[in-house]
Amino acid sequence: MARVLPIVMRMTTSDEALARAAAGGDAQAFSALITRHYDRVFRLCFRLTGARAEAEDLCQDICAALPAKICAYRGEARFTTWLYRVTMNAAHDRRRRAATRAKAADGWGEVETARRAETAETAEALDWLTAAMRCLPEELRDTVALVLDDVTHADAALVLGVSEGTVSWRMSEVKKRLKALKEAEHG
Amino acid sequence: MADEFDDLKAAMDVATPSADPLKKRGNIALAEENFARLQGSERAARQTLQKGRMSRLLDGGMTMFHAMTTKGGLVATTALVAVGAILVTPEGRSLLTPPGDFGKPETVVVLDEAAQSRQERQSGDAPGTGSVVATDDVSGARSQEPDLSRRERSDLGLSDAPSPSTDGRAIGGGSDADRGLLMAEEPMMEAEIAEDSFALDQSATSQLAPTEPGIAGNIAAAPTAKRVAPPSDMIVIAPESDTEAYANAPDNTLKVTTEDPVSTFSIDVDTASYAVVRSSLTNGFLPPKDAVRVEEMVNYFPYAYPAPDGEHPFRPTITLMDTPWNAGTNLVHIGIQGTLPAIEDRPPLNLVFLIDTSGSMQDANKLPLLKQSFRLMLSELRPDDEVSIVTYAGNAGQVLEPTRAAERQTILAALDRLEAGGSTAGQAGLQQAYQVAEGMAGDGEVTRVILATDGDFNVGLSDPEALKDFIAAKRESGTYLSVLGFGRGNLDDATMQALAQNGNGTAAYIDTLNEARKVLVDQLTGALFPIANDVKIQVEFNPAEIAEYRLIGYETRVLNREDFANDRVDAGDIGAGHTVTAIYEITPVGSDAIRNGPLRYAQARDDRPAGTGELGYFKLRYKEPGQSSSILIEEPIVPDMGAATDDVRFSVAMAGFGQLLRGGAYLGGWGWDEAIAMATGARGEDAFGYRAEAVNLMRLAEALDR
Repeated sequence: MARVLPIVMRMTTSDEALARAAAGGDAQAFSALITRHYDRVFRLCFRLTGARAEAEDLCQDICAALPAKICAYRGEARFTTWLYRVTMNAAHDRRRRAATRAKAADGWGEVETARRAETAETAEALDWLTAAMRCLPEELRDTVALVLDDVTHADAALVLGVSEGTVSWRMSEVKKRLKALKEAEHG
Repeated sequence: MADEFDDLKAAMDVATPSADPLKKRGNIALAEENFARLQGSERAARQTLQKGRMSRLLDGGMTMFHAMTTKGGLVATTALVAVGAILVTPEGRSLLTPPGDFGKPETVVVLDEAAQSRQERQSGDAPGTGSVVATDDVSGARSQEPDLSRRERSDLGLSDAPSPSTDGRAIGGGSDADRGLLMAEEPMMEAEIAEDSFALDQSATSQLAPTEPGIAGNIAAAPTAKRVAPPSDMIVIAPESDTEAYANAPDNTLKVTTEDPVSTFSIDVDTASYAVVRSSLTNGFLPPKDAVRVEEMVNYFPYAYPAPDGEHPFRPTITLMDTPWNAGTNLVHIGIQGTLPAIEDRPPLNLVFLIDTSGSMQDANKLPLLKQSFRLMLSELRPDDEVSIVTYAGNAGQVLEPTRAAERQTILAALDRLEAGGSTAGQAGLQQAYQVAEGMAGDGEVTRVILATDGDFNVGLSDPEALKDFIAAKRESGTYLSVLGFGRGNLDDATMQALAQNGNGTAAYIDTLNEARKVLVDQLTGALFPIANDVKIQVEFNPAEIAEYRLIGYETRVLNREDFANDRVDAGDIGAGHTVTAIYEITPVGSDAIRNGPLRYAQARDDRPAGTGELGYFKLRYKEPGQSSSILIEEPIVPDMGAATDDVRFSVAMAGFGQLLRGGAYLGGWGWDEAIAMATGARGEDAFGYRAEAVNLMRLAEALDR
């Protein structure tokens, strides 16, 4: 593989080609890749954590570890799918640490405040979002976080390591719960 | 139907902030820096002809390691690295000597289940008889395990062919392929991630360097060491420590006697740190600095200090000697020997084993090793001792009613029925264990809960503080807790320490059957039967004689000066036959080794008691078991007291070893060779080969530190 691609090619080079170049040690390819996808990763981090500061921290975890991980990229999956899985795993790691330390982060996860939010009948859209995300168990939340980014069920299944059918089932479950939540609010 | 979901999507779009540009730039810069460092180390390896042959071989090996990922490539690489280590270094040759010469079973490093079974076929060894370090991920929330394993499989499929020894998971042993590769590639980025460590709340430790499990934990546990592949069967392993957290604090600093003449600390009979260090070194990498607690390295070894003969259950022996690493200073060596009551006089024991049987415990070096250890111990119990077993995964609960040790078959049968595989942490496992223990307690009997786990103390009380309070309350009621750690990868050393300290127990890390024998059998009475509680030491140095002093180790055990005489402040316990060693480095007044020069504005003080000739004053407080008021032992420290026996010199060599592993800030030019020479010269009788093993570890560390 070409170790140094001319810089002008960067904008049009596919993610996968860049990732393979990065895996081969091409620093420019790596920089281009991470710059291209940072915002996307950040948004997913936010959807997973529900708090901006947490999302920034999670991004930092991922950025710190990505150089080593990219060496593992072989191009079997689309780069974004691969990157989502890295993100998802980092989020799980972080969540697990928070759980073991009994130090729940602010965000979707706080059940107590979620209950308080539910009592607020006049909740604004944001409150409804928070309540909605909080009423979902983690696996459904993870699935939603991906599907909201227009990830197909098939790709989400790859990222989450479950079958496509499971993703579809989870999404119908999500919709059921959202509906129930809405009905509870209005009636 | 989809309305709500569309609402959600719209709300989410509104709610999602854009990334902070400053953070974004910082994070990307961090990634680029790490990338450059990773690549840079490869390039440097290719160019450095001026480097030593050893490091060239290693670097070259690692380069291939980075570049090749097919199964054949990896095996070849590993073989090269291993052969390189063996051929080039004297240490390598010593690795080839049969391990029997230090009484330790062969170290077998197993990467994953598949490799493990292959390993067993090759060695014909029963699982658990070697120090089998299998890798495993233990999720904090065990309920996630089914998901995790699915995730792993998918990772393997996506990132590489799922061959037993070449995929990322096999190398790193992380929960997923990319994590594994992270570790194999060994980025050096502790600093960047260390900052968000929050294991602080675990104990009084004030500054824990990288203690974060997960990503940061990986990196923390992958020191910037060059790796030597262990020659065991040509399987190489990267640090498999996934989410280990260590309790430690920065080195005790040098104190100026005129400013701070009093040093107070609690004794510590834990030995877990030594076993962790051994496990790291035998796997071919230097232990993380924070895994090294010098006092535990020293106290790991049995010493034969002068035995107590009077009213007290133990006896301190103070020895003054020259400091091996500094000609201008001296060492005050304090060796405390606990009395060993005649074994037949000991009170009956009630033991409740609280055993983690979650899925992660099924590795050969966990539950199977635990069972073997347990059998060993059982043969040492007396017929009147009682044993009960409680498990805390799944819904098994109490699997063995309190049973007299005489009914060996019943106990063994219950033990054999234990299976790892529960996926849910049992609620209130710890409470149940204590409940059983309280039911067993009788007058004059010693009751103890022994928690055996691979790291997650997911025992029903999720808040660490509440857990500690609970254990401390139970301690007051007479039931103590000891913690046995198994396996590496998720061992929460900080929590282990905190629990054992609050439960008046010891924390031990068991990685081999040999270690199990040491902990459970040789020290059965000591570990399980305390002879003195809340043992505190206070040394006051005489400013007329001593300009500066430094306590070596005991960073996590420092007490406030006023805590010494406060009987309400908890401290460490000494078991029957235990020895405890504490070492101060002191700088006499007038020595050219004084580091803190005189202050310009400080008043010259004339209130020094001149001419007493005393260097300092040693005080020790302890409580008889079950008593609430303490007893004081005191003794002046005078020049030339004591004799530097082999025991004293070996303990000093181990203190040097520990300090070297922690960076050796105070050791000057004193290095591995000197430590090895000193330890070798002071091995003494060494009936069990512990000291010979330590010397071998020093040699390994020297090779890895190059």
